[in-house]
Amino acid sequence: MKLLEYQAKEVLSSLGIPIPPGVVARTPAEAVAGFEKLGPVAVKAQVPVGGRGKAGGIKLAKTADEARKAAEQIIGMDIKGFKVPLVYCEAALEIEREIYVGFTVDRDARANILLLSAKGGIDIEQVAEESPESIARLYPNPWRGPMDFELTQLVYDAGLGELARPLSAIIENLYRAIPELDALTAEINPLVVTKKGEVIAGDAKLEVDENAAWRHKDLEERYGGVVEGDPYEVEAKKRGLTYVSLDGEIGIIGNGAGLCMSTLDLVQRAGGRAANFCDIGGGAKAEVVENALAVILMNPRVKGVLMNVFGGITRGDEVAKGLVHARDNLKMKLPLVVRLSGTREEEGRKILKQNGIEPGANAWEAAQKIVELATMETPTPAAARPDLPAEEVTLEHPS
Amino acid sequence: MVQGITGREGSFHTEQMQALGTNVVAGTSPGKGGTTHLGVPVFNTVADAVMATGANASGIFVPPPFAPDAIMEAAAAGISLIVCITEGIPIQDMIRVKDFLRGYPSARLLGANCPGLITPGVAKIGIIPQRITMSGPVGLVSRSGTLTYEVGSALSASGLGQSTIVGIGGDPVLGLTFRDVIELFERDRATTHLVVIGEIGGSDEEHAAELLGRGSRLKTVAFISGRTAPEGKRMGHAGAIISGNRGTAKSKEEAFRQAGVAVAETTDEIVGLLR
Repeated sequence: MKLLEYQAKEVLSSLGIPIPPGVVARTPAEAVAGFEKLGPVAVKAQVPVGGRGKAGGIKLAKTADEARKAAEQIIGMDIKGFKVPLVYCEAALEIEREIYVGFTVDRDARANILLLSAKGGIDIEQVAEESPESIARLYPNPWRGPMDFELTQLVYDAGLGELARPLSAIIENLYRAIPELDALTAEINPLVVTKKGEVIAGDAKLEVDENAAWRHKDLEERYGGVVEGDPYEVEAKKRGLTYVSLDGEIGIIGNGAGLCMSTLDLVQRAGGRAANFCDIGGGAKAEVVENALAVILMNPRVKGVLMNVFGGITRGDEVAKGLVHARDNLKMKLPLVVRLSGTREEEGRKILKQNGIEPGANAWEAAQKIVELATMETPTPAAARPDLPAEEVTLEHPS
Repeated sequence: MVQGITGREGSFHTEQMQALGTNVVAGTSPGKGGTTHLGVPVFNTVADAVMATGANASGIFVPPPFAPDAIMEAAAAGISLIVCITEGIPIQDMIRVKDFLRGYPSARLLGANCPGLITPGVAKIGIIPQRITMSGPVGLVSRSGTLTYEVGSALSASGLGQSTIVGIGGDPVLGLTFRDVIELFERDRATTHLVVIGEIGGSDEEHAAELLGRGSRLKTVAFISGRTAPEGKRMGHAGAIISGNRGTAKSKEEAFRQAGVAVAETTDEIVGLLR
C-alpha cells in the first residue's frame, strides 16, 4: 500500500522525524482555513504516484485567495490516472539546501539499502546516473538495524558530516518504519535544511508491504480508501483479487502472475488488447473464479473473456465448478474461451463439458480465438442469446 | 520431509509426491508428534524429524505467518535443501531469513512462493504436476509457477524430456537465483539443454545472461513474460537509483541475445528454438 504524502508524514512524525505544520483540505474553503492558520502555504495534490509537481499538482499560495484558487484547480484533477481527492496545505519552508534520504529493498542484494545524498531534490535520478558516487549507501543488518557508527559513516560518506547528529537521528527513526510497519520503501526528498538550520521533511513517500497487512490492520483502517482509484480495481480489492485495469477489450483471468502476463502478451500478439490483468493465484477456489469474472464483466469495454488456467496447486475441478456457476449466476452473454489444464484437469474438463463449455489446451490458439470472437462486428449467436451456453471452442494440443 | 504435512495443501501434495516415488520419511505438525499421517511419521519439530529419520530435504507448506520460522528451523536442523511453497510471506521477513541462512552455508533455499522442483520419474518436492513432465535432457528453470507447467507440457508433448524442472519463485527476495540453478545444471551430466523462463522486474535474468555469456555447454533458450505489461506507477526514486534501466522485458531479452542465447517471443517458439 502506497501512502499519500500527508499520511506518510503523519507516520514519519510519529517515528520522531520533524515535519512542517500542515492541514488536509478536501474543499477550497478548507484550504483557505489552512492558509489562515499557517500563512504562506504549498498546496499539494495528494496522489500515490510521482511526478505531481510537473503535472501542475503543487502550487504556492501567498494569499488566502491564491490558496482557494489553487485548491479549486487541484482537487479533482487527474494525475496519471488518479483523481486528486484532497490537497495538503503545508507551511512553506525557507530552503537553504536539499538532501535525499531513503531506503528500499535491493532485490539483487536480497536486503534493504539506505541511501543518502547531499544532492537531493527532483533531479536525484539524474544524479544517480551521472555521479553515483555522490549517493552514499548502507546495507543495515536486518535483525538489529543500522548501528550508530554505520550511520556516522554513511553521513560522512555523503559529505554531510556537519549535519551528522540530526541526520543520524532522522535516518535511525526512518529505518524504524521497517521493523515497525513492514515498510518496503520510504523516501524523504527533499529533506530540507532551512535557513534557520532546522532539518525537516519537505516531502515523504512511504510504501508498506501488503503481504504484512495482517500485522498492521490499523494502517489499512487509518489510511486505506482515501484515493479514488480505478473503480474495477477498487471492487477487485474488496473481493480480495489481484487485479490491474488495462485499456483493452479482452478480459483476462489467469492463475499465476507469469502465466497471466504471458496471456496478455499472447492476446496482444493475436491483435487484441487486454482489459485487465487478473491473477486468481494458487489454490483458486470456486468463489474466487466467480469474483474475478464478476469484476471483469462490470467493465462495459469488455467484449470477451479469456480464462487461462494451468494448475499446480490450483485444482481444475474447483476452477471449472466456479466458472460454470459464475457464468450461470452472472448470466454471462459475452464470448468465453477457457483453457484449463493441470492438477485434476480431467475432472475439471469433464465438468466444463457437462455444462456446455469445451475446454482447450493451447493458450496461443485460445488467445487467437477470443480476439476473433471479441472483435467480430456482429454478435456471435451465443452472445446474442443468453439462453445458450458460453462460446465453445475446441482446441488441439500441439504435437 | 514435509513441514505442515497435516494441512490441506501439505496433505494433498505429500500424496502427489509419494505417488511419484519420492521418499517422504517424515512430516512436522507441532502438537501432532508421535502420530502417523499418510503412512509418514509426524514430529513436533524439524530437529526431532531429522534426528529420527535422517531427512535431508524439506518441502514447506505452512501459512505465511509461520513460514519464515519454518525455513530457519529447517536450516538450523541441518536440512540441506529447503523448498518453500508458501505464497505471501512479508518481504522484510524474507530479508531476515536470507540473512539468517548465511550462518548455514550448506543449506539451499528454493523459493518462497515457488512450485518447487521435480526430476521426472524420480522424485519431486513441491507442487509441479508430474503429468506435464517426461524424462530427458532439458533443464528448465523458471520464475513463474504456472508458466513452468505450460512450457514443461509443451516440451513433453514434443518429445523433449526434462532432466529437472526448478521453479525459483516470483517474490522479490528469493533463495536460489537463476544463476545458482544454471550453475547446478552446468554440472549435471543428465542436462544438455536449458530453458530459462524469466519475467519483468529485478535483474536476476540479466545476471543469468551474463553467466551464460561467459560460455556454457548447454544449448539454451530464454523466454521473458510481461513484455506488454504496463509500467508500474512509481512513487519514489529509490528503486530507480539502485536498478537504473534493468528489469524491463526489453533489457532482459537484450541481455540474453548479447550472451548468444536464443530468445523465444512466445512459449510456443521455445520447442523449435531448442531443437
